[in-house]
Amino acid sequence: MAREEIVEGLAEILEEVAGVNPEDVAEEKSFTEELDVDSLSMVEVVVAAEEKFGVKIPDDEVQNLRTVGDAVSFIEKAQAAL
Amino acid sequence: MSSADVVVTGLGATTPLGGDVASTWAGLLAGRSGVGPLTQDWAAQLTVRIAAQLAEDPAGKLDRIKARRMDRSEQVAVVASREAWTDAGLDDVEVDRGRLGVVVGSGIGGATTLLAQDDILEAHGPRKVSPHTIPMLMPNGPAAWVGLTFGAQAGVHAPTSACATGAEAIAWGLDMIRSGRADVVVAGGVEAVIHPLPMAGFGSMRAMSIRNDEPERASRPWDAGRDGFVLGEGAGVVILERAEHAAARGAKVYARLSGSGMTSDGYDIVQPDPEGVGQARAMTQAIKEAGLTRKDIGHVNAHATSTPVGDIAEVKSIEAAVGSHPVLTAPKSMLGHLLGAAGAVESIVTILSVHHQLIPPTINLEVPDPGLTLEVVTGEPRKMHLDAALNNSFGFGGHNVALLFTRA
Repeated sequence: MAREEIVEGLAEILEEVAGVNPEDVAEEKSFTEELDVDSLSMVEVVVAAEEKFGVKIPDDEVQNLRTVGDAVSFIEKAQAAL
Repeated sequence: MSSADVVVTGLGATTPLGGDVASTWAGLLAGRSGVGPLTQDWAAQLTVRIAAQLAEDPAGKLDRIKARRMDRSEQVAVVASREAWTDAGLDDVEVDRGRLGVVVGSGIGGATTLLAQDDILEAHGPRKVSPHTIPMLMPNGPAAWVGLTFGAQAGVHAPTSACATGAEAIAWGLDMIRSGRADVVVAGGVEAVIHPLPMAGFGSMRAMSIRNDEPERASRPWDAGRDGFVLGEGAGVVILERAEHAAARGAKVYARLSGSGMTSDGYDIVQPDPEGVGQARAMTQAIKEAGLTRKDIGHVNAHATSTPVGDIAEVKSIEAAVGSHPVLTAPKSMLGHLLGAAGAVESIVTILSVHHQLIPPTINLEVPDPGLTLEVVTGEPRKMHLDAALNNSFGFGGHNVALLFTRA
């Protein structure tokens, strides 16, 4: 899956669970500071992303996912390992 | 005006008769029933397939993201509170948050969230359970959301006493102001548990009407053919204010909250004391606290849920505490039983009766039970001179609350 496709998929999830405008979602944006996703919503994003992209995102990995780009890279790598 | 004087300056409600106070009041005056058939698939298997569902979906009045983080009982709390706040004219007033309190209770809490998340747990495992589950199901959730909505810092409380909850919340609100802890209190009750499990539980108790083929005629307080209550959902919220505080800002006043009485039966977990002794003590306490006598009470807005035992026990208790002169009405004949919200919504009805000098009728009272020895308003609303009126609310567990409202 191309990086742009993953960004688009994450944008859909972020809009649904946290009301983030999809146009604001870009690789360099940080989830908490720039997109205003709180910690409970981040849990929802992770669980929804696992389902959408068919990967596992372990809890101790989540703290390393500061930006949208971090999440895209993790998902890309996890998909490649399948 | 003493510092113990407390007035009602704002009202908010969402009920089976309407999405706000005005439409609810209009429905009550018109004698309209809010009870209807449950058409959801899950209802087909139940013994009781009727309920008084909300006239308007509360989520439609809230921001989508906020709404999905709230249980329905929290959504109605915020919707009704906002209406009451605006009605009190507080949108344009600088309220001292340190002197602003909240008392909002629920009888059952976020049960539908608990049950829906349990379905997810069973079907998909613990990882899929929503991180919003706990704040959505905790019984103090509605009060906490209301507190957040207005930034209340004098204390946010969530009393729970089954079907007396809404009235108990208003009584504690009065106490908060009289004890000097707050100048303004947002007080009321909420409930939203129309779901197969609570329906089945009340059904198994044989507490609910099974008049499935005539939903609008199912809730019939004091009628000889009554066979139980009808479950409803909704919220009622009032703004209580220290009279001096309200006067200083030129607020309109609906009525005074002049006294409250709270007692417990010590008799049974669900059955009321058949002689209504604890109920009578609550009414007597409210009258005494207000510095009035029983002659002053012209009207009682009754708890009357349409159950065989409860309705007549209350008539006895009213006769014992107040006498044979007060005129009664039973809003549950139209609203159904809103459980934790009932005492608050019916307080609003009582407040409006005192304010407009007008009592809504009781519907479906066709063949009065021989035990009904007091006069009930039926047919048209009753226009009458009214200086003081009581609202009764009683709950499983033997909780008895009486609130006394007087003309402003």
